[in-house]
Amino acid sequence: MKKLEILGTGCPKCIKLEELTRKAASELGIEAEITKVKDINQIMNYGVMMTPALVVDGVVKVVGKVPSLEDIKKYLK
Amino acid sequence: MAENCCGAGGVKLLYPCSGAADVGELADRAVRKLWKQGFAQKTCLAGVGGDVPGFVQSAKGAELNITVDGCPIACARKSLERIGVKPISIMLADLGFKKGESPVTEENIARIAGAVEEACSISPKAEAGASLSGGGCCS
Repeated sequence: MKKLEILGTGCPKCIKLEELTRKAASELGIEAEITKVKDINQIMNYGVMMTPALVVDGVVKVVGKVPSLEDIKKYLK
Repeated sequence: MAENCCGAGGVKLLYPCSGAADVGELADRAVRKLWKQGFAQKTCLAGVGGDVPGFVQSAKGAELNITVDGCPIACARKSLERIGVKPISIMLADLGFKKGESPVTEENIARIAGAVEEACSISPKAEAGASLSGGGCCS
């Protein structure tokens, strides 16, 4: 199971990233545990300076923007 | 730090070399001064050098990355370039600061901080970054 984390304090783009990530995982048929991380200190522990950010299995894949669905799929593969 | 929601508003990241010599300390202190003033955010050069994904992706996602190097070896600038990011580079040697001959004084720190602000204000990249700013968060 993949562990996916959405880093962000709850803004609309953070929510959008979560939606797209869920959709990408679903379309790829990937079993994933998706967690929202809103705590600033936890976010900073990743070295992330901007949100939203997507973390796949502990690795930060994108920071400060909402990637396209296709790009998210690439991160999940 | 990470309260920069949605990457809007032109996030500027500052990377001092923080080297062992006096010029490294000056670079670090000047950047901390600018950070406290709200000019930009200081972040960890070691995170970039260590290939920590969060730092690398933050550098790639920022509108401006600003390196402040104490000497011409330019560790900070080269660390950013290594990951494909071209920063605005400030070199203390270009400002007349020589390694081993540059006391860490408030006057010198203020002078360097001023030079960083000036370099960013006249950089074409800075202007481009400003025009890309998305305005309000999450708009």
